[in-house]
Amino acid sequence: MPVPTNALGESPGASLFPSVARRGAAVGEQGRTEAGEEGTSVLFPPRPPSSLSLLLSFLVAWVLLSATGCSRGPDADLTVLNGPDPGSLDPLLVSGIEELRAVLPLFEGLARPDPVTSQAIPALATRWDVSADRRRYTFHLRTNAVWSTGGPITSVDVLYSWRRVLEPTNACQYATLLDPVRGATDFLTGKTKDFASVGIRAPDAATFEVELEHPCAWFLDLCAFQTLAVVPRAAIERHGDRWVMLHPPFSGPYELESWRLNDRIRLRRNERHWDAANTPSRIVDLLAVSSPATALNLYLDHRIDVILDKPLIPAELLPEMAKRPDYHTFPMLGSYFVRLNVTRPALADPRVRRALALTVDKRRLVHRIASACEPADHIVPTATTNYLRGPGQTLDPVQARRLMTEAGFPGGKGFPKLVYLCDSSGGGGARLHERVAVELQAAWRQELGIEVEIRQVEKQVYLRAQRTLDYDLSRSSWIGDYNDPDTFLNLFTSVNGNNRTGWKDARYDALLEAASREPDMARRAVLLRDAETMLVRDAVPVIPLWFEAGFTLHDPARVEGVHGNVLDLHPFNAMRRTAAGRR
Amino acid sequence: MYFLRRILFFVPLLLVISMLSFGLLRLAPGGPFDRERAPASAEIERQLRARYHLDEPVPVQYVRWLGDALRGDLGLSLKYRNHSVADIILQGLPVSLALGLLGFGFAIGVGVPVGFFTAMRSGGWADWGGSFLVLVGICVPGFVVGPLLVMVFALELRWFPAALWGSPMQAVLPMVALGLYFAGRVARLMREGMAQTLRSEFIRTARAKGLGEPAILMRHAFRLAVMPVVSYSGPMLADLLTGSFVVESIFQIPGIGVFIVDSSRSRDYPLVIGLVLLYAVLLLVLNLAVDLAYGLLDPRVEHE
Repeated sequence: MPVPTNALGESPGASLFPSVARRGAAVGEQGRTEAGEEGTSVLFPPRPPSSLSLLLSFLVAWVLLSATGCSRGPDADLTVLNGPDPGSLDPLLVSGIEELRAVLPLFEGLARPDPVTSQAIPALATRWDVSADRRRYTFHLRTNAVWSTGGPITSVDVLYSWRRVLEPTNACQYATLLDPVRGATDFLTGKTKDFASVGIRAPDAATFEVELEHPCAWFLDLCAFQTLAVVPRAAIERHGDRWVMLHPPFSGPYELESWRLNDRIRLRRNERHWDAANTPSRIVDLLAVSSPATALNLYLDHRIDVILDKPLIPAELLPEMAKRPDYHTFPMLGSYFVRLNVTRPALADPRVRRALALTVDKRRLVHRIASACEPADHIVPTATTNYLRGPGQTLDPVQARRLMTEAGFPGGKGFPKLVYLCDSSGGGGARLHERVAVELQAAWRQELGIEVEIRQVEKQVYLRAQRTLDYDLSRSSWIGDYNDPDTFLNLFTSVNGNNRTGWKDARYDALLEAASREPDMARRAVLLRDAETMLVRDAVPVIPLWFEAGFTLHDPARVEGVHGNVLDLHPFNAMRRTAAGRR
Repeated sequence: MYFLRRILFFVPLLLVISMLSFGLLRLAPGGPFDRERAPASAEIERQLRARYHLDEPVPVQYVRWLGDALRGDLGLSLKYRNHSVADIILQGLPVSLALGLLGFGFAIGVGVPVGFFTAMRSGGWADWGGSFLVLVGICVPGFVVGPLLVMVFALELRWFPAALWGSPMQAVLPMVALGLYFAGRVARLMREGMAQTLRSEFIRTARAKGLGEPAILMRHAFRLAVMPVVSYSGPMLADLLTGSFVVESIFQIPGIGVFIVDSSRSRDYPLVIGLVLLYAVLLLVLNLAVDLAYGLLDPRVEHE
């Protein structure tokens, strides 16, 4: 096996062997000395080999230690705590924010997110033309785009990468992002096997055309989205599932040098990338630290330049941390909310659901639990573009009690006990969910006389229960994929697999459908506003609690190019240590 | 013959272990592909399950897995989908072995002398002080010792790095955090063994013969007194090699311990089975090795 060509781990360097050999010799000598002693002392039994075994265990440990660490190579130019290990670095398979951030430097699409604003800016395509009806996009690819191994990147590669996402057998979780593309849904769901029916073309090597079903306000965001990044066909077909680990060609500003789970992902600058001159850090390490205390220790010890992962700050320390000058927060597209299972008889009545929402004092809750965040009466975060805000949820316990009485439960009498489901995921998350649950429990008992039992379960159990509607109330959150209200409102259509409330309303579906067909942005915003009002004020299958705040822990004097943006993406190709940051 | 029989017995044992863990795991609620983001459609979810053969009946899945495993293929991790189970084990196992052996060395290297000398100074202040420290070592769990060590030696004194793995300096604190409890156990065993031995007849005989005290202690007493430590060292090594989860997560060490907990939590079926089998083999082999060592050290033990 060609060991050096494998990114999985490093073999011990040749320089290790002399030290091992020397150690081995030392043990050998000692062993002989002892044997000699034994030979001379006939009267006495040989000494137990405990000192020998002790030495041996240290020796073997030493060899293993050398083999498992010392050959890591030079220190990184930038060390980022990105979050837990990604499940994958294949753009097809990623979905979590830490995965998206890790894939971003490796594979690039037609566009890429601006490090400051996270808006789509030219990447593989230098420019694009949009037809008058905004249904046809023509991308002009740059001529100097090459893979990390050489070889030009052409529109054929783009076509392959987009098709790979839509191929039903690839089971891409994010495939529905391409719904706006003509014929994409039919191909994805297997209604047609003819890829020619999908509105994607590569007329020549430098041109890529996309035809949409109807104008799509966030289409360029999609072109910058990691799922649609360009991937190397030959390597994928040759190596199968493990391709990304086996030094394939990369299209982004970085190559994957090595990835050891639970340790680090090491990125090395792709010197052939068209923008290599503006990529300051040559080696970037993404550490996978799972313990918040360890993460903070490493940061305070200057072993980590930037922490991007919020649950990795111990929840107890957050108020303290918030006072530090190197703690930065910014608005991002994320909502923390409660799902209500409307298929439960107790929650089938919208009056009951509204009563539950009317008794939650979100300002108090946020102040006590998530002070960096913004209290939410809506599901679409304030920072979203193309967004018009309408009436939302309010705090009105008097009306809530009246609604409960109307629904037949005056003072909560006769109302069954509800179960509030949350997960015990790692980091500070579990503690946060628990505190939210306790606050809600108290509010509902006090204001409505309703008993709520808190059930905290393993993450996989929680997710399964939510999907199969095996819960009453459940904590939830959602991070926007693109900067448009659609990424939040679309969740609650009757066909969306992420609805998970059992709530269906044909009028809501119709409003979103009309919005997606509406070419006039102002009129579209009104349609979406009406849909949101219906969702949060009238039907209430969800109770939004707050809009998430993004966060970074970094000292601008030591590292620059770290920006907060609404998609919480922080491209590493923009970051660099300053002179003060270099130890 | 005895050992051949023991080794042959491994086969049905491992089969039963794999079958049980395979079945039990699938009884647990939730699956590997339950994510915040649901698959785009029911059809895509079906494709996803079919791709990893999760749509087949469990016995069929087991037979398929067994066939692959016999050919040395433990399959792909379902959580880390670019990594095979073998990759993960090969990456993490050497690290955990190194850590475990360092802990073992520390436990023996500290425990045996401490036990030895406290026994010799029985009743004196050295005995009291040593025994108290030993008791502290046994009673304070690793998740307290680890952070304390980091606080004092990494953040305050800055003698050692706070976490991560790769250099000998980084291995010191984890070694102590992992080995301290075991050093305490070893010291107690050693002290008791020594105290008992020193009271026995043959020591009196040796003294009557006029042998010097060092010879008595080192040659006669020590050899017998260390037997409990030897018999404990097998299970201890097994505990050290398999029980490094807490220390690994405190010091962010890329060993295998974290995966034991994490893989079952994320319902990563192939990885769980792979690790369960790995640990089963490890324990079986270590037990066998202890029995073997016993026979070598004590001629009275016969393997029949």
